[in-house]
Amino acid sequence: MQYFLTDEQKTIKELARKLAEERILPVRAHLDEAEEFPWPIIKDMADSDLFRVFVPAEYEGLGGGCLELSLVVEELSRVCSGVAISYAATALGSYTLMDFGSEELKRKFLPDIAAGKKLCAFALTESTAGSDASGIRTTAEKVEGGYLLNGTKQFITNGGEAELYTIIALTDKSKGPRGASAFMVEKGTPGFTFGKKEKKMGIRASATCELVFQNCLIPEGNIIGRPGMGFIMAMKLLDKSRPGVGAQALGIAQGALEAAYEYTSQRIQFGQAIINQPVVQSMLADMSIQVEAARALIYAAARYADSGAKDITESSAAAKVFASDVAMRVTTDAVQLCGGAGYMKDYPLEKMMRDAKITQIYEGSNQVLRSAVAAELRKRKAKS
Amino acid sequence: MNIVVCLKQVPGTTEVKINPETNTLIRQGIKNIINPFDSYALEEGVRLKEKFGGKVTAISMGPAQAVDMLKETISLGADEAVLLSDRAFAGADTWATAYTLAGAVRKMGQIDLIICGRQSTDGDTAQVGPEMAEMLGAAFTAYVCQIEEISAGQMRVKRMMDEGYEIIQSTLPAVITVTKEINIPRLPSLRGVMKSKSAKIPIWTLQDMGLDPKKVGLNGSFTRVVKIFTPQHDKKAEMIHGEPEIQVTCLLGKLREGGLA
Ligand SMILES: Cc1cc2nc3c(=O)[nH]c(=O)nc-3n(C[C@H](O)[C@H](O)[C@H](O)COP(=O)(O)OP(=O)(O)OC[C@H]3O[C@@H](n4cnc5c(N)ncnc54)[C@H](O)[C@@H]3O)c2cc1C
Ligand SMILES: Cc1cc2nc3c(=O)[nH]c(=O)nc-3n(C[C@H](O)[C@H](O)[C@H](O)COP(=O)(O)OP(=O)(O)OC[C@H]3O[C@@H](n4cnc5c(N)ncnc54)[C@H](O)[C@@H]3O)c2cc1C
Repeated sequence: MQYFLTDEQKTIKELARKLAEERILPVRAHLDEAEEFPWPIIKDMADSDLFRVFVPAEYEGLGGGCLELSLVVEELSRVCSGVAISYAATALGSYTLMDFGSEELKRKFLPDIAAGKKLCAFALTESTAGSDASGIRTTAEKVEGGYLLNGTKQFITNGGEAELYTIIALTDKSKGPRGASAFMVEKGTPGFTFGKKEKKMGIRASATCELVFQNCLIPEGNIIGRPGMGFIMAMKLLDKSRPGVGAQALGIAQGALEAAYEYTSQRIQFGQAIINQPVVQSMLADMSIQVEAARALIYAAARYADSGAKDITESSAAAKVFASDVAMRVTTDAVQLCGGAGYMKDYPLEKMMRDAKITQIYEGSNQVLRSAVAAELRKRKAKS
Repeated sequence: MNIVVCLKQVPGTTEVKINPETNTLIRQGIKNIINPFDSYALEEGVRLKEKFGGKVTAISMGPAQAVDMLKETISLGADEAVLLSDRAFAGADTWATAYTLAGAVRKMGQIDLIICGRQSTDGDTAQVGPEMAEMLGAAFTAYVCQIEEISAGQMRVKRMMDEGYEIIQSTLPAVITVTKEINIPRLPSLRGVMKSKSAKIPIWTLQDMGLDPKKVGLNGSFTRVVKIFTPQHDKKAEMIHGEPEIQVTCLLGKLREGGLA
């Protein structure tokens, strides 16, 4: 399939693939087993300018959009999505700043983010607020000299490892969701500590951690956008980042397809390679078709978001839902095609199957996103 | 520091196959790459520049296609690259190659350090570095695995020998050849790749460097490759087991049997 990528986009994709194969592949099983955060690889990604990809040129980035980010995430995930999400979460944690932050905040933080010197995280989820983000309880009270943060965020990717955190908190409890605001909080701010580090089924190289705020005073200038805009900015952010989660799923599925093809071409049973069995070929063909369809949808959704269009909720949700369901099915079938070997940790497929699951859950569960797509359907019907 | 790194383009495989009829290397279907040892040389040059400032120039003698490799060196941190290419250079042995590279270095003027890989993976001689040092009258150290210090026109390096390490102090300008232990070469950077795509790689000919036509290429080569072949491994080894005394007795018996003792 031909996606008419520009020379620059091809360069980005090739370099991300090279990095993944040379630096991630040799250690991915270890990172998974040990649940180890991939700092040396983060350093390699920084040296290769990968963190510059999504940062605007005025702040020492390369000015890429959703598509460029998706290309990097796809290639990294093809080898290890645990590493890929640690990279992607930095984009997630800096988009709100890039799109809505003050010039001063952007000048202060973006060059370091572009250089890969500071990782970021985005924190919305709390124990009472998962699919229903309006259930957040963390407060940011306006006081003399800034805002006082109190509350606990859970399941935060890059928690503990990142230097910069975009936090959604209530500045006006009485207004409910319309009283939420976004803040940039630096690691090491007094009153900001880390709670439980989660042990996970998949993407185990990535860090998922609780953030605890106890009378944490942050400077007034660290607010991103206007007070009360927190939820609107968060929803816009997730619309923009979902093609990236889709790209994560796509990469996993691509990696699984390739591994299954390799294995079935070499494995001899009944006197011949099992890939000669029509049933096996049919499964591989279905896997390949699904992967390509996911790619087409993700690239299209990413390009639509990059075009500056405002109505990207449906296309982004569709790309994320479709690609993540594909990743789950394709990795399950890939394990199946590798038989007993596929089930064992000596082969990468069981890891890919475990890694695929999260893509159906986070950044909006697939159920919630399907209802969002259905809502858009209804809106369209009402308009016509 | 003004640093020159010498790189060779080689077939991207460790298993060089030879056409038994023509006795030449089979290059078909094999991608050319930077001689692996030379990527360590380039990385070391770039690291020294990052530490001490200055400039890294990558040079290679070879056919026009080596321009691609030299562009790659730009993406890996070289500031400039020059290709030494001329019909007259074809068929050069190590001496003629060293003479040509030394000619390029002379043309560049004041150079502090020249870094080469310890050997190439296709020719495998490890001679070009030392020959070039001799021609330039520069200090030479082979198998460098660490540069410990550079200051006041001197450098101290650690080199890896079969029996252990040696610490060597030498003057600058110097030529060194490096081993794989010296560093871990970086991956290209995106900005580097973009810069390399538009980089202009000048080509220097025999005339540009004012070299003696009798000393380059096949004309200037002291050696001729008469034949390349894959050695046949039909010798058999026998392991002698048991207590030392029994082994010695057994070995002596075998040597006497063969009329060797
Ligand atoms: C590894 C990991 C990393 C994460 N990283 C981050 C991060 O960096 N930042 C951050 O803010 N959050 C993060 N999260 C949180 C993540 O976004 C939430 O887990 C997700 O939104 C789902 O919320 P929940 O877990 O509370 O599930 P719930 O909301 O409790 O949902 C449970 C189930 O019910 C279904 N459900 C819920 N409501 C509806 C509905 N209205 N209609 C139909 N079905 C419904 C869901 O589909 C789901 O299957 C992360 C989570 C994980 C596991
Ligand atoms: C945890 C575990 C415990 C086990 N315990 C035991 C045990 O106690 N005793 C024991 O004897 N064995 C045991 N096994 C082995 C198990 O029975 C085999 O793994 C199983 O029979 C599949 O064989 P295989 O792994 O060699 O897969 P393969 O035969 O290599 O098959 C790989 C895949 O190719 C496909 N395939 C192969 N042949 C065909 C065909 N002709 N037509 C269509 N598709 C085909 C299938 O989809 C299959 O999944 C165990 C395996 C595991 C993973």
